[in-house]
Amino acid sequence: MSAHLLILLVVIPLFSAPLCILLRRSRLVWLLSSLSTGACLLISILLLQQVYRSGTVTYMLGGWSTPLGIGIEYRLDLFAALVALFVSLVGFAVALYSYTSLQKELPRHKHPLFAAAYLLCLAGLLGITVTADVFNLFVFLEISSLSSYALISMGRDRAALLASFRYLIMGTIGATFLLIGIGLIYSHTGTLNMSALQKVLPALTGKASIQASLAFIMLGLAIKSALFPLHLWLPSAYTHAPSAVSAFLAGTATKVSIYALARFIYSVFGKPFVITQEHIGIALITLSIPAMLLGSMLAIKQQNLKRMLAYSSIAQIGYLFLGLGLSTVASVGATITHLFNHALIKSALFLSLGCIVYRTGKAEISSLSGLARQMPWTMAAFTVAGLGLIGIPLTAGFISKWALIRATLTPDYWPLAVVILITSLLAVVYIWRVIEAAYFQPPAPGSTGRTAEAPLGLLVPTWLLVLLSLYFGIQTTVNFGIAVKAATALVGG
Amino acid sequence: MGLQESLLLVLLTPWVGGVLLVLAGRWPNLRDAISVVTSLLLLLAVIALYNHAGNGTATPPELTLFTMLPGIEVGFRLEPLGMLFVVIAAVLWIINTIYSIGYMRGNNEKHQTRFYLCFAIAIGATMGLALSANLLTLFIFYEVLTLSTYPLVTHKGSMKAARAGRTYLGYLLGTSIAFFLLAIIWTWALTGTLEFTPRGIFKQDTDAASLSLLFVLYIFGIGKAAIMPIHRWLPAAMVAPTPVSALLHAVAVVKAGVFTITKVVLYIFGPALTREIPASEWIVYLAGTTIVVASWIALRQTNLKRRLAYSTISQLSYVIMAAALGTAYALLAAALHIAVHAFGKITLFFAAGSIYTATHKTEIPQLKGIGRQMPWTMAAFTIGAVSMVGLPPAAGFLSKWYLLMGAMQLQAYFVLAVIVISTLLNAAYFFPIVHAAFFQPADDDTGKIHEAPWPVVLAVSCAAVLTLLLFLYPWPVLSLAALVSGATP
Repeated sequence: MSAHLLILLVVIPLFSAPLCILLRRSRLVWLLSSLSTGACLLISILLLQQVYRSGTVTYMLGGWSTPLGIGIEYRLDLFAALVALFVSLVGFAVALYSYTSLQKELPRHKHPLFAAAYLLCLAGLLGITVTADVFNLFVFLEISSLSSYALISMGRDRAALLASFRYLIMGTIGATFLLIGIGLIYSHTGTLNMSALQKVLPALTGKASIQASLAFIMLGLAIKSALFPLHLWLPSAYTHAPSAVSAFLAGTATKVSIYALARFIYSVFGKPFVITQEHIGIALITLSIPAMLLGSMLAIKQQNLKRMLAYSSIAQIGYLFLGLGLSTVASVGATITHLFNHALIKSALFLSLGCIVYRTGKAEISSLSGLARQMPWTMAAFTVAGLGLIGIPLTAGFISKWALIRATLTPDYWPLAVVILITSLLAVVYIWRVIEAAYFQPPAPGSTGRTAEAPLGLLVPTWLLVLLSLYFGIQTTVNFGIAVKAATALVGG
Repeated sequence: MGLQESLLLVLLTPWVGGVLLVLAGRWPNLRDAISVVTSLLLLLAVIALYNHAGNGTATPPELTLFTMLPGIEVGFRLEPLGMLFVVIAAVLWIINTIYSIGYMRGNNEKHQTRFYLCFAIAIGATMGLALSANLLTLFIFYEVLTLSTYPLVTHKGSMKAARAGRTYLGYLLGTSIAFFLLAIIWTWALTGTLEFTPRGIFKQDTDAASLSLLFVLYIFGIGKAAIMPIHRWLPAAMVAPTPVSALLHAVAVVKAGVFTITKVVLYIFGPALTREIPASEWIVYLAGTTIVVASWIALRQTNLKRRLAYSTISQLSYVIMAAALGTAYALLAAALHIAVHAFGKITLFFAAGSIYTATHKTEIPQLKGIGRQMPWTMAAFTIGAVSMVGLPPAAGFLSKWYLLMGAMQLQAYFVLAVIVISTLLNAAYFFPIVHAAFFQPADDDTGKIHEAPWPVVLAVSCAAVLTLLLFLYPWPVLSLAALVSGATP
């Protein structure tokens, strides 16, 4: 059984998806999706333990060994295990959350479709983390992307369709670039296996077509992970998607794309080629600075809170790319730490926002007036998660910030520490706008002033993530200790 | 009781009390009783801890909670300066609790349970901060203190309070994130440790420019010490109820600021290195300027609480200046002034709150003849004022004396001049109030005594008596301050 755990991580959600459509009853569907995401969470915890104890786990699908190129290899190292853990964790919390949340956002007969798309998306994302085959990675990326277009389009207002369409266009361009890049590699090397590629590619780095493939792949994945200035699809997609979808995508989709990008840099092309020869690192750092600063400033200006959080994500993606670009063990470790922490924190924020939308029907900052009195638990969740985003000690966000600043404090790159600090000060501003509105503004004249607290079906998953974001701020062996180990294995000392 | 148990008890008592008083929130009498009992228990725990006060050189820390990052634990260690701060905060918390009960009931304030809870959290954070074994632990509690006092500052819940809270939080959180945290991580990068170590943690060959920059980052990052230009939050926070002002100005918040600066000088840089680096000299000048300018601004305020606020800013810079001088006597003065100012200033704020509770007067010109109406309060105010100016028989004399000695030793004429000018200014902005209160006829004199509710008067009187006692029997505090600095008083 334990030998098959790795592939079950993808197979369970993949096969649960069609079952959802067959079940048709909203409650049963919810039960199934909760169970299968719960199983994924359990498996990813077990796998992380296994990888931590006895090293990388591999699994051959198809049974033939790699050189023939028929069997597809799946491999889980510490980095992948950590990503799989937070993806399935967020996946589980959102699956629990979706049942109650969708009651108000989607007609009942569409719930099975939603669950199917959701599970497919999760399967795709988990697939990306476990595969060791570049074409397979593309396939999983497309599975997750196509299902996320569908998920976004299920948003309540018509703008969701447009948002989904814009994402589809950008996402398809990104995916096509990725495919072109992979095709170029394959035509030169005849293999798609990552470890095989890692061995043969260093000899081919002089070739223009390999350089072109690097450019295509980097660009494609940068679009998918919404690196500034390729982020334009992201804010409206997160704003108009159903609450549960925004929470899920914000926590996982861009993160997994960044995971894939890191994989290509360090496990396919190799650091000497990408960072030293082609100076991709400098490019990533250069783009991350406006991402952090502009993302945060735009977040401050938003009236719609979902959009605000979306712009905040763009800033946080800047942090992640900054760490990748510096490409030292410390900085990549910081990126991995922040991938994990930010997934929890941002999903928690979107989930608590979803509670507000559930009760008030709006996500505007003006609709928050006086809400803290009426929805104390929801606003407390938002506040605590917001403190995490700012990076107050005892939250997971503090660990990220510590690691990132520590990584930038080198003779050459110390000004970046200042940029990081400015970004977190800007985070104070946009989080505190919300807190002031909720805690100090009197209820708007038109409102009844009697909004009920969100139902437990929403509060429990929200607080699950909030409490975990505190837990990982105190107990940091997983999100910092293992992350640094993973970075050491990836970057190589 | 062992050292570990006492430490744990001191750290946990306020927070456990906080939980209990929330549970008792529906019965105000029980809730307030819990507050008082908790503060008394805390004092007992602190006394138990006092018996263990050593010289603070234990490695590893005496109590470790968990390892937050590899190589950095959240841990606690008892050393004299921390002990001193713990004693002050614990003693003043009792008085403040009694005062709060009188004040909050007398003024019919809302959300009293939340108020007492945040108060207890803030005191717990102060205990943690005072006993921290390293900078990271200290930073955690520093931020907890900021966040737990935010609801207190904005207690009124109005938009005006929210704006004041924004200033409060903006300054304190902003400086701590932008400068303090950066300085901590930089220190970690340079030395690989954040433990508070006697004589400091920097290696001999660390270059002076980095050290100077670090020193400045620490001074500005510890915004709670309110050195100019990072002082605006303190007058802004005056919108809070008076017990909160007392908490900010005497018990916890600003004291946490100057305590942290002294701690950084003593145990991160070390006094010897502090004297060497150029930045300490700039800070002496900046602190001196703050002392004089803030006193000057205080002189021009007509609102009593605002005048007191600027007086605090000026008094805090005494500690910063003394710490930056870095000699044994100056450090003795710094440690002592933390205590002395706390007692004097809490007396003054309590008196101001007492006047407000009894008469709703807040402006200084309204205070003519109030001494006859509120003799206890104004007598206490006078003692507080004498202490602020630095005259015997109030405690303020002590720290000023040692600071003068330190300055004489160094022949630092700038410091001497600052002390003289500021003493004159202090006298100029405090004594006219006293004079008017006792010797001028009131506009609305009824000839009757009309004091604030008795818990308020009791607390004011206690604070004043303690200010006097501290002058007459300074030994418990003075011995700790002597241990801190290595000077013989």
